[in-house]
Amino acid sequence: MSAQLGSALGRVLGKGSAHSGVHHWSVQRGTALALIVLLPWLIGSALLLPDFSYDSVRGWIGGSWTAVGLCLVVPILCWHSQLGVQVVIEDYVHHDGVKTAALLLVRAAHVVLAVAGVIAVLRITLGSAG
Amino acid sequence: MTRRPLSPHLSIYRFMYTMSLSILHRITGLALSCGLILLVAWLVAASRGAESYEHFRQWAQGSLQLQLLLALWLLALLFHLANGIRHLLWDADIGFERPQARRSAKLVVAFVAVAGTALLWFVFFGGRS
Repeated sequence: MSAQLGSALGRVLGKGSAHSGVHHWSVQRGTALALIVLLPWLIGSALLLPDFSYDSVRGWIGGSWTAVGLCLVVPILCWHSQLGVQVVIEDYVHHDGVKTAALLLVRAAHVVLAVAGVIAVLRITLGSAG
Repeated sequence: MTRRPLSPHLSIYRFMYTMSLSILHRITGLALSCGLILLVAWLVAASRGAESYEHFRQWAQGSLQLQLLLALWLLALLFHLANGIRHLLWDADIGFERPQARRSAKLVVAFVAVAGTALLWFVFFGGRS
């Protein structure tokens, strides 16, 4: 056991660190690093398409490198985004009930976005392979 | 829920221009989070067939407001990217002295101005549809 800082009363009342800050901090930085590499590549390659017609875009998303990249970048974006929005909510929403509801809603919305995005990419790339 | 100290006590600081970058980092982050919805909607539309995609495309390209939003979104992305790298370097204890932080703030603004102009020019006047 590590040394306990603070008084017994303080611990019972739940004062002090929540002990989840380090994880939040490192995931936010880790996802940021991944996005620095992945996003310029994917946005750059999308902007180099001759047009944004259905066929061009399907061909682009369905290409194996792009598909792998998108399947990585969409969940990582969602994770990074969720962590960022979480901090903003924690800083500016002070009503406990509203705060909890907002945090849960934001988390659920990001999970839905990540899953929907990956399924869409998989449907395109697996569909166009056959 | 317990009450833990939180960061932005903006009112007690004297304003410095570097602060506006910090605030902008949050604002652009939130804007990009909203843009994420459109990005996923674009992927989903493409996955649901030609008709659904054309529908989405006409909606997105037909409205001036959305085109403006897309331009702002790209600028927000450039800013958040450049300023985010600045934050990551600070985390690695690089450039965290005040004069350096002020210089890198100007560098970020200059980067967004130059790269933003080039990118928007390419996207909107690059001769694509």
